[in-house]
Amino acid sequence: MTTAPSRVTAQRAGLSRPARPGRPTPVPPRRRRWLRLARWSGWLWVLPALLMYAIFVLRPLALTFQYSLYHWNGIGVARWAGLENYVTVFTDRDLLKIVGNAFVLIIFFSFIPVGLGLVIAALVRRISSGPFGTAVRTILFLPQVIPLVAAGIAWSWLLSSTGLVNQLLRGIGLDGLARAWLGEFDTALPSVGLIGAWVLLGLCTILLITGMSKIDPALYESARLDGAGPIREFLAITLPSLRQEIGVCLTVTVIAALASFDIVYIATGGGPGLQTTVPGLEIYRLAFAQRQVGLASALGVVLMALVLICVLPIQRLTREDKG
Amino acid sequence: MNLSRREQLTSRLFLIALVLVTLLPFVSMLSAALQPRGTVPDGLSWPTDPQWGNFVDAFNVANMGALLRSSLLIVAGVVPVSVLIATMAGFGLGHLRVPGGRFVFLLFLLGLTLPFEAVITPIYYQVQQLGLLNTRWAIILPLIGLYMPFAVFWMRAHFINVPRELSDAARVDGSNTWQMFWRVQVPLARPAIASLTILLFLWTWNQFLLAIVLVDDSTKRTMAGALGAFQGQWGTDQVLLCAGSLLILTPTLIVFLIFQRQFIKALLQGSLKG
Repeated sequence: MTTAPSRVTAQRAGLSRPARPGRPTPVPPRRRRWLRLARWSGWLWVLPALLMYAIFVLRPLALTFQYSLYHWNGIGVARWAGLENYVTVFTDRDLLKIVGNAFVLIIFFSFIPVGLGLVIAALVRRISSGPFGTAVRTILFLPQVIPLVAAGIAWSWLLSSTGLVNQLLRGIGLDGLARAWLGEFDTALPSVGLIGAWVLLGLCTILLITGMSKIDPALYESARLDGAGPIREFLAITLPSLRQEIGVCLTVTVIAALASFDIVYIATGGGPGLQTTVPGLEIYRLAFAQRQVGLASALGVVLMALVLICVLPIQRLTREDKG
Repeated sequence: MNLSRREQLTSRLFLIALVLVTLLPFVSMLSAALQPRGTVPDGLSWPTDPQWGNFVDAFNVANMGALLRSSLLIVAGVVPVSVLIATMAGFGLGHLRVPGGRFVFLLFLLGLTLPFEAVITPIYYQVQQLGLLNTRWAIILPLIGLYMPFAVFWMRAHFINVPRELSDAARVDGSNTWQMFWRVQVPLARPAIASLTILLFLWTWNQFLLAIVLVDDSTKRTMAGALGAFQGQWGTDQVLLCAGSLLILTPTLIVFLIFQRQFIKALLQGSLKG
């Protein structure tokens, strides 16, 4: 792939004089050297981006691995720890629970938006393109556009003891169910999950609707002629055709769940207890409040690995068939 | 005909329900923001005497003028540079196909799914060593680096599809690579560049983690970071908190409504590619 340009340019250079038989592209040595130089000078285009990336991502990445092998409080002398920090991450009850929380959030951040999005998209199939359609699109994208922090604040208010959710429950006579949703042990994590579902539902729905509008209507017609009902139709045509879009939704939402920080920080601060603490928040707390830089870094490496372990299979399974 | 009408109606009803769920948090915040200060508002109840002055109070308390300026400075530091160097790199990797480019591209891909939390600790110490903690540079410089995987990936995807004959023709016309880049390639890449600019603007404006870790002074943060500080300070005053939150998210909302077509296109493409 990298040899293609040189061949093209070399041929062009060769065009000026008749090609000698038995010899491929006869480029004079000086010209050839210049060409090689020109090819290498292409690096100048890549260099600024690579430099910023190396300084502010690759170096920190390497340092994260390095820190994770030490006990360090960020100021004093670092003490070699070997894999001790990793052992802690995989055996400490609290840390395991925190990683578990992230997986619970996947149910809310990923499965609900994608599942509900599919149902809505199947029912709507083609969003009307008139002003109604435009307005709906615009509004459904709102949660994607505002800061996650704002979503956190809005929903903490909605779910608070005097908030709208409780007001509605009392309104229909379910006073017994009213509670401080984000403050109680059993409801805190699902409530945080609900906020994530709200943020991601619109994006998933529109993505899936867009994907559906590309499906050939003839497919549905022939399915109807074969006597397929709406459910058969959905399973046999819609779902397979949307493989790529579903993959995208799952990738985006799973990363949002595993790497969640903003919403949790604002809505609950990780509480009550450790009920809603997620790895991202724990890294922040360990590194900057508790000064356990080594342990925070080990958790960071594990988080990175978790994202890859979850996302790579999704990419594999849902790529369009390119072999 | 009858059936399709009913289908139309149900689909519309579903969409309207979804729209209501999306809007409810905003409406609830607005109703709380208009209650008299010092009261404990109900979830949703239109006040008999709406206190629009609460917004003025929140504007002053949140120091909105300084926040806007700070966010704009950070965006101005991050977005143009990121877009420029990513476009150049995309051009080098996708069109010039520099030797070893595949390896470099894979190196960039490595960062594509990287959670910011995983590298925030070393970034903190690095920024500290550079003596930039608590300045806007502390957000600007790392963000440019952190955006590179996506931005380069995005621009390379554009340049790899540009027909090679185009630059060959430019070369025959006697222009060097630099001129060809600016006169032929950049104008052609305008849609890709515009989408990237929108996405980077949005992500920078809404960046929270870097803002709270690297900058203590909330008037030197991004809008989202400042909102976090505002919540910490006024979290118990529900009326003021709602008014302040609405104010702080208004700029994004305005920009979004003006450019909504481009935003939605960029967001859809962005998630499809990323």
